Amino acid sequence: MATPTLDKAAEAGQPEPGFADSPYITVTFRIRRFNPEVSEEASWQDFQLEIDPKERVLDALHKIKWELDGSLTFRRSCAHGICGSDAMRINGRNRLACKTLIKDINPEKPITVEAIKGLTVLKDLVVDMEPFFQAYRDVMPFLITTGNEPTRERRQSAEDRERFDDTTKCILCAACTSSCPVFWNDGQYFGPAAIVNAHRFIFDSRDEGGEQRLEILNDKDGVWRCRTTFNCSEACPRGIEVTKAIQEVKRALITRRF
Amino acid sequence: MKIHKYDTVIVGAGGAGMRAAIEATKRSRTAVLTKLYPTRSHTGAAQGGMAAALANVEEDNWEWHTFDTVKGGDYLVDQDAAEILAKEAIDSVLDLEKMGLPFNRTPDGTIDQRRFGGHSRNHGEAPVRRSCYAADRTGHMILQTLYQNCVKEGVEFFNEFYVLDQLITEVDGVKKSAGVVAYELATGEIHVFQAKAVIYASGGCGKFFKVTSNAHTLTGDGQAAVYRRGLPLEDMEFFQFHPTGIWRMGILLTEGARGEGGILRNKDGERFMEKYAPVMKDLASRDVVSRSIYTEIREGRGCGPEGDHVYLDLTHLPPEQLDAKLPDITEFARTYLGIEPYTDPIPIQPTAHYAMGGIPTNVEGEVLADNTTVVPGLYAAGEVACVSVHGANRLGTNSLLDINVFGRRAGIAAAEYSATADFVELPEDPAKLVQEQVERLRTATGSERVTEIRKELQETMDANVMVFRTEQTIKTAVEKIGELRERYLNVSIQDKGKRFNTDLLEAIELGNLLDLAEVMAVSALARKESRGGHYREDYPNRDDVNFMRHTMAYREVGDDGAESIRLDYKPVVQTRYQPMERKY
Repeated sequence: MATPTLDKAAEAGQPEPGFADSPYITVTFRIRRFNPEVSEEASWQDFQLEIDPKERVLDALHKIKWELDGSLTFRRSCAHGICGSDAMRINGRNRLACKTLIKDINPEKPITVEAIKGLTVLKDLVVDMEPFFQAYRDVMPFLITTGNEPTRERRQSAEDRERFDDTTKCILCAACTSSCPVFWNDGQYFGPAAIVNAHRFIFDSRDEGGEQRLEILNDKDGVWRCRTTFNCSEACPRGIEVTKAIQEVKRALITRRF
Repeated sequence: MKIHKYDTVIVGAGGAGMRAAIEATKRSRTAVLTKLYPTRSHTGAAQGGMAAALANVEEDNWEWHTFDTVKGGDYLVDQDAAEILAKEAIDSVLDLEKMGLPFNRTPDGTIDQRRFGGHSRNHGEAPVRRSCYAADRTGHMILQTLYQNCVKEGVEFFNEFYVLDQLITEVDGVKKSAGVVAYELATGEIHVFQAKAVIYASGGCGKFFKVTSNAHTLTGDGQAAVYRRGLPLEDMEFFQFHPTGIWRMGILLTEGARGEGGILRNKDGERFMEKYAPVMKDLASRDVVSRSIYTEIREGRGCGPEGDHVYLDLTHLPPEQLDAKLPDITEFARTYLGIEPYTDPIPIQPTAHYAMGGIPTNVEGEVLADNTTVVPGLYAAGEVACVSVHGANRLGTNSLLDINVFGRRAGIAAAEYSATADFVELPEDPAKLVQEQVERLRTATGSERVTEIRKELQETMDANVMVFRTEQTIKTAVEKIGELRERYLNVSIQDKGKRFNTDLLEAIELGNLLDLAEVMAVSALARKESRGGHYREDYPNRDDVNFMRHTMAYREVGDDGAESIRLDYKPVVQTRYQPMERKY
């Protein structure tokens, strides 16, 4: 396959060669391409770049899109790990492209980039997120209360607030759910992200919908499908202890205490 | 082409759009069109907090908040709107808490509050704890909470639908909103949404700068759509440069870092803000701090081999405090700079952050066609709009507030309007402009590239219309933007397909940025004074005699088809605060 290249130093007209401290190195990005308008088959394509290894994988993808191949398609927005748009499989592991520095993933070898697994690929690195969001919506991810609302805020102690702090960090990027082997094999499984968001409310002292959510997750496609492989915890770009949260939900189902 | 009919259509699903949607959906058949999935919006990147005079931790009241907002905006704020903002702030925060937002708590379980730039006790006496927060991810929590409540209310979203045109029909001599035209990213199909009411909540336009805290997707799509249909844009020369962006990258490091006690230092380790703002110091308003940083850099006291940044020093704060109150920004420093904020100061520089200007509205969110006339059926809220509660410089934590107060107001007003109004007839061939635009770009063969023009635009904006401006630099920018607009006509894209054509999308976004950059520069050139975020070195003082007024920029098309910008002005609403010299 042809390998388009781009010489950053030459392009910028900078006398980079000869400078021992030139930050640029040559990196090969091996990207899984798929565009059903062109071919029903997916294939790998290599791109070689001169790039500063302190840059992000997202910077490399932009360089490819903007300077080599405008048809390369991926989602992105904030570019610093908060919007959750650019989860992808980089060197076989789910990460956010905007939070992964090239130097941290061994740029000596080709860096592989492909769409996250378990969701239908629509084009290149873009997948159909709808089943993922449907599972999220199914766990009733909103505060459920009864009775009259207080005039001021509901009180909550700092300790009670801390109880579910970890799971409030979720950005719905799907890195966890699409790293889960159970989800790969059975798209009906709610998946880690939905359970994380159920956890966020089940353990919120203000919420009164815990029982309903637990019943939903007691389903055959609920928490019991989890095989505790810890892929989700490793994949989470927000550092949420996803497997632990799932275990806490399982325990709440057994003890009915939360 | 498909045609849809809704009572209310909301463009954008960030904080303002979703806050509006929660209200509008309860009252009318509502659709939300968003170019991103709802939780991807840049509201999620806001960190430090949302201002409201709850007085949970110390004495405070909404009148002080109003004053700070007016003073922070260098008296260009419409004071009736600022009063509403500060008054309704309290219920706005409490509403979010009741919707489930996990705020940090005080020892007695109420919402905790912290200090923030420009927010003071008793008209500038000392900093006050007014910012309600959830660690340094308040925007994330607001966005998640609003989306959760949209799920609860069953809000109907059209995800990855990109609104490209505003439809206006003249009825009995009155211009009314008839709907919008959207491009579906997944398929390339064009959709016409006929609606009684349309609310723009599509966010800012910071991507015309190079060093910016803004997302790649903040390209002023809403502002551009209405501007091209002859409606004005207000105060576009006022853009906020946030003092603490990560050096070279522009990623935001919250002002909450200084609210928690962080200090700005120059290369000599000096706490230089003491010189510029003896009372508020590092917590002076953002325009003041950003100018101070660049003054230090220009006078040779910047840090690093090139002396092009200063330090945000958090090393004197206990690691537990950083972990509890500033976990995300300390992680950014580790991830992107390889710096440990417990022990090392963080290199920062001002970063283009927020558009104070936008689509002019009144306090109900109704869009204005001129200084006083409302466009029936058209609304705007959030960063896309200019109410104006931010005037010449927005205070930190007032934007998360703005989206909630005025998002809610616009949602209610639009739904109430659509409950009684009739559909306005669509113009003939409503999708024509968009079809032509998309087809032209998809089949263009010109030699110009989007990436090159965008890069040159961003470089000229950074060099010429950032923190310091002069007649000369602004003229350079105007000329360059004109040249880039010419070259843009000759732009072509590589992806000719219909499916997820983000190449095409970026080309359209660039067109929006070019239009808005020109409005910004032309508005800035005419404002021969310094006020808030607009600082003219050739006119370093505020000039209330000639410029205590809002800029209104209109696009005009001559008989020969030539485009030009006509500037007009609108009086500032002053109620109780007379302009004073601004000191922090």
